[in-house]
Amino acid sequence: MFIRHETIEKNAILMLVLTLITISIGGIVEIIPNFTIETTIEPVKGVRPYSPLELMGRNIYIREGCYLCHSQQIRALKDEVERYGHYSLAAESQYDHPFQWGSKRIGPDLARVGGKYSNDWHYAHLIHPQALVPESLMPRYAFLAETPLETKILDKHLKANRTVGVPYTDEDIANAKKDLEAQANPEADTDFEATLKRYPKAIQVPGKPGEPTELDALVAYLQVLGTMADFSSVTPEQLNR
Amino acid sequence: MPTKIEKDAFSGRDTTGHEWDGLKELNTPLPKWWLWTFITTAVWAVIFCIFYPSVPGIHGYFKGVLGYSTRATVTADVAALAAQRSQVLDKIKDVPIAKVRQDPNLMAVANTAGRIAFANNCQPCHGAGGEGRPGYPALAADRWIWGGKLEDIQQTITYGIRSGHPEARQSQMLRFGVDGILKPEEIASVADFVSTLYGKAKPSPASAKGAAIFAENCVACHGDNGEGKREVGGPPLKGAVHLYGDTREAIIAQVTNPRMGVMPNWNARLDAATIKSLALYVHALGGGEN
Ligand code: HEC
Ligand code: HEC
Ligand code: HEC
Repeated sequence: MFIRHETIEKNAILMLVLTLITISIGGIVEIIPNFTIETTIEPVKGVRPYSPLELMGRNIYIREGCYLCHSQQIRALKDEVERYGHYSLAAESQYDHPFQWGSKRIGPDLARVGGKYSNDWHYAHLIHPQALVPESLMPRYAFLAETPLETKILDKHLKANRTVGVPYTDEDIANAKKDLEAQANPEADTDFEATLKRYPKAIQVPGKPGEPTELDALVAYLQVLGTMADFSSVTPEQLNR
Repeated sequence: MPTKIEKDAFSGRDTTGHEWDGLKELNTPLPKWWLWTFITTAVWAVIFCIFYPSVPGIHGYFKGVLGYSTRATVTADVAALAAQRSQVLDKIKDVPIAKVRQDPNLMAVANTAGRIAFANNCQPCHGAGGEGRPGYPALAADRWIWGGKLEDIQQTITYGIRSGHPEARQSQMLRFGVDGILKPEEIASVADFVSTLYGKAKPSPASAKGAAIFAENCVACHGDNGEGKREVGGPPLKGAVHLYGDTREAIIAQVTNPRMGVMPNWNARLDAATIKSLALYVHALGGGEN
């Protein structure tokens, strides 16, 4: 009836095959349902791919390890919703590769920090956090203000994201440089309207004409966090699915 | 290979019966407490799977006997909290703000709500006690850009300053230097004059020249004597407390290419009762006007 364990133990191939079968059952149970569900992402409107400047800012966020002190995930708990706003949705990180949920909160959650402060504040704060929040533990990032943003392979950044499923169009990629410059420089004679059409709710930051810095990009990224999702487009029932 | 369970003479235990190249193994079962803990957790897992959302299916997943959902729970928790608070907060919302101030019970709640919301949202710019920071005005002092009456403060908080909201408080200092309205020498003289307003310099021939330029270009927003003009958000220049520093260089920089402070409109983030509480809290910090 049962295969005696002695038989299994003495036959490496048989053991391998049986191990494989056992593990695949676990795998199949976890994976198959995902193929049958149309989407696990809430049908919320407004979430769009990052604008080129925001995307570059995101890269700097990752490079500097901001996620080591900041989470970007408001959990579905009363206290968190009270403090930070609506709990985070899967839809809101659908274009994040990789997502920045984080697991440590030495500083506050940043999932909805967009629009909470002015651009000026973010610049001053990143350059010298203690000037604004004397008890802050956050390191100074003044060097970002002096580091020109590397944009030579900007289109490759968008293309790489497209490869993993972010719906950048050919037009988006062709206009990447223009969009970046328009968003980083409100003074110049650029067509920010066109950028806004591609990337609604993008916030312009006051960079120096023609030479956006890493800080400009980072602030543009911070200012869009949590502002995209339009919560009026989705009912609580749809969210509680 | 013979499998014969024997008793080991030395330890008095049974062997497993396996023998490999002459080596025999003692049968040492897992400790009972460990085994039972393991079995209990396994049973607990099964019970958990019955009561809570667990096993995935082809369409959706098994929702569990209790029908628990984190999101439904937090929605209900937040609603319950709002309902509990609404008894007082609704009153704060509906009663005119001046009346709230006269009601000690409502004021006690407004003060607490205001203090918490202030620490959460305002402190990073205005300082923990509303003492202000470079570029961010003090709220605890009786020096106001836009006005220190309850209604003024409430309006400022609700719609913000240069926030992009259509009802935001809005004003633009002209870019006297960048746009060539004043020549660098003129800017230097007007800075000399403003320094006297700041109390940093004594009147001199240079500042007298600046006074004339000031009268022509600046009084519309900053008032005849630099006392400020609230209708247009021109900050007071007279006195010792300033947004962007009190050096002559700072004044020249401001007149050449002005900085203009931005405050977000808080109606996008906070409800009406909280904003009202904040206005009462800020008003009571020390600089409120009647
Ligand atoms: C050593 C931990 C640490 C690191 C690393 C860190 N921060 Fe912070 N951050 C903090 C702390 C603590 C605060 C709260 C005090 C303050 O506002 O400065 C904070 C506050 C903030 C805030 C304001 C949030 C709010 O809602 O008030 C922003 C925005 C922010 N950090 C962005 C960043 C970015 C961007 C980076 C990476 C370049 C970064 N931080 C790296 C610790 C850190
Ligand atoms: C991003 C930074 C920032 C935050 C956060 C902020 N403020 Fe302000 N606030 C400002 C700036 C800048 C000004 C001055 C604007 C100007 O120059 O006219 C200001 C002005 C004000 C004024 C008007 C002062 C006057 O003299 O008329 C009030 C009242 C005020 N803030 C209250 C608040 C309250 C209450 C909060 C929290 C809900 C808050 N602020 C959060 C930046 C901020
Ligand atoms: C159209 C209105 C307007 C005119 C005209 C104007 N200003 Fe201003 N000025 C402002 C506003 C508004 C601010 C405050 C910016 C802010 O709140 O962030 C300001 C700020 C300043 C400050 C900084 C105050 C501080 O607290 O640090 C100085 C100095 C100043 N103005 C000088 C002048 C001088 C000198 C002139 C004339 C040459 C002038 N302004 C003309 C609107 C005006």
